[in-house]
Amino acid sequence: MLIAQIIVNGLVLGGLYACIASGFSLVWGVLNIINILHGSFIIIGSYVAYFAYNYLGIHPFLSVTIAAIVLFLFGYLIQAGIINRVVAAPVLTTLTLTFGLELLVNNSLLAAFKADYRKVILENPLGVIDMGGIIVPLDRLATMVLALILTGLLYWVLNASRIGRAIVAVRMDREAAALMGVKVKQIYAITFGLGAVMAGAAGSVMSVIFPISPLNNILFLGKAFVICVLGGLGSVPGAMIGGLALGMIESFGGLIFGPEHAMTLAFSLLILLLIFRPTGIIGKRGYQ
Amino acid sequence: MRRLLLCLVVVFVLVLPLWGNNYIIRLTTMMMLYSVLSLSWNFIGGFAGYPSFATASFFGLGAYSGAISQVHGVPMFLAWPVGGLVAALFAAALGLAILHLRGHYFAIATLVVAEVLREIVNSWTDLTGGGMGLNLPILRLDVNAQARLFYFSMFVLAIMTVIAASYVSKRRLGFGLRCIKQNEDAANMIGINTTVYKTTAFVLSAVFVGCAGAFYASWVNYIEPGDVFEVLLSVKPIVMVLLGSSGTVIGPVLGAVVFLFLEEMVWRNFLTFHAGVLGLLIVALVLFLPGGLLGLYFRRVFHWKESR
Repeated sequence: MLIAQIIVNGLVLGGLYACIASGFSLVWGVLNIINILHGSFIIIGSYVAYFAYNYLGIHPFLSVTIAAIVLFLFGYLIQAGIINRVVAAPVLTTLTLTFGLELLVNNSLLAAFKADYRKVILENPLGVIDMGGIIVPLDRLATMVLALILTGLLYWVLNASRIGRAIVAVRMDREAAALMGVKVKQIYAITFGLGAVMAGAAGSVMSVIFPISPLNNILFLGKAFVICVLGGLGSVPGAMIGGLALGMIESFGGLIFGPEHAMTLAFSLLILLLIFRPTGIIGKRGYQ
Repeated sequence: MRRLLLCLVVVFVLVLPLWGNNYIIRLTTMMMLYSVLSLSWNFIGGFAGYPSFATASFFGLGAYSGAISQVHGVPMFLAWPVGGLVAALFAAALGLAILHLRGHYFAIATLVVAEVLREIVNSWTDLTGGGMGLNLPILRLDVNAQARLFYFSMFVLAIMTVIAASYVSKRRLGFGLRCIKQNEDAANMIGINTTVYKTTAFVLSAVFVGCAGAFYASWVNYIEPGDVFEVLLSVKPIVMVLLGSSGTVIGPVLGAVVFLFLEEMVWRNFLTFHAGVLGLLIVALVLFLPGGLLGLYFRRVFHWKESR
């Protein structure tokens, strides 16, 4: 029974992780940029949900849309105004640039909201269901489902919409896409915006489960790294599998080694994977 | 011209303790320490073009191995090379394991290694004191003498690093590493043993940092995992090298000096927003000064020649 409970916990976490990582993976795959800002984007999403709930009374599951709009604009502007200037530069340049932006954004968050931990405390929580000894808090379950729906939505956008096909085309071959009339820089900005949307949406839905603080950025970023390497880069299904795998690893690792070592376990696994199988569990680099 | 400049710098550093107060001496020691870090990063990042974030790992390992050996009775001056040796051995093993990764994957692997090391040190309480940190034996010297002792020791380490860097830069190793930076497959094709070259560069980027870490432990007398494995220890040297000019010998030193000077100004004036201002500086640097300060200088010289 304990094992079943842990599997359920792992799945619930994993759904959320899939949502966290899909945007990160998209940006990395298409723009070849490691977006160090991703953790702070998630936190901005959580703050949008927090203020929308406490001041406007909008439930976090609905304020996802507000967070998405805010973060799309923010992400689009950052990419169009700043990162696009050096997007073709070597890895180190873009990495340093997003690190600098992260310092700036995160410090602004700290200055604006302080380092206090806050939490969205729902007035009418959905309660808990007991399925023959396995206890599932319904809010968490709903969060997971919503996160998976959002991830599925991204998959759908990439596969079915015109802009999505353009993004995939740029990822496959930048020059060819440009020759076909795709405005590459604009697609970059939209992609970065979409990555920010996924981060903000994840932050918004998970504000009902996890406490919010600007200091969580490194935690989320670390998880996104691990998931991308686990699942393989730049594909939504990869992020999904990687996210669920990390959720499982963390909940079983927490049981065996104690929850304080769950992240270390994930990081050690990441290093081993990079050494022996750098293309991820699925083993190929997906193009959607 | 260049020799004269070098001599002037050396003389300046040597006579500074005669009139400088302890604050100036501490700041200059810090500048030399970061020069060591940025010159070391330059071996793997500047010459070979590998985005390494392993500096914090080497620094922390050096600090802890130096501190632990000092606690167990090894004299201070011997503990510093011990730190360097441990870091170098670790770099050799790590390099053989992960130097086949390229680009982002290498960057992430090195970033994560530092986190794992920090967690190991954090939970190995018997040996390292864990999160409580580790106190080092106190030197029985008065404050002024201590400041000057560490100042001159750091100076010696910095000079050693500069010599190593300029030696590598002029020799076969530096040439090979530059080839690897431009095109690794082609470098392999023309007979450069890329594995050996990269691993050597990685070890070189660790040994002086390890010594510096052990030195730092003795200098501040107390270390804890969050302090010596901090991610900024990996990032700042990179920014300094970019600020100076990567792949050169003077660039990283210049970058370290200018960066710390700026940082000190920022600390003084923006106490609660210093990380943000630092971020702004980094963004401005990447966007408007891609070749670094030396690039600026060369550009001016070039124009001047042209106009004649």
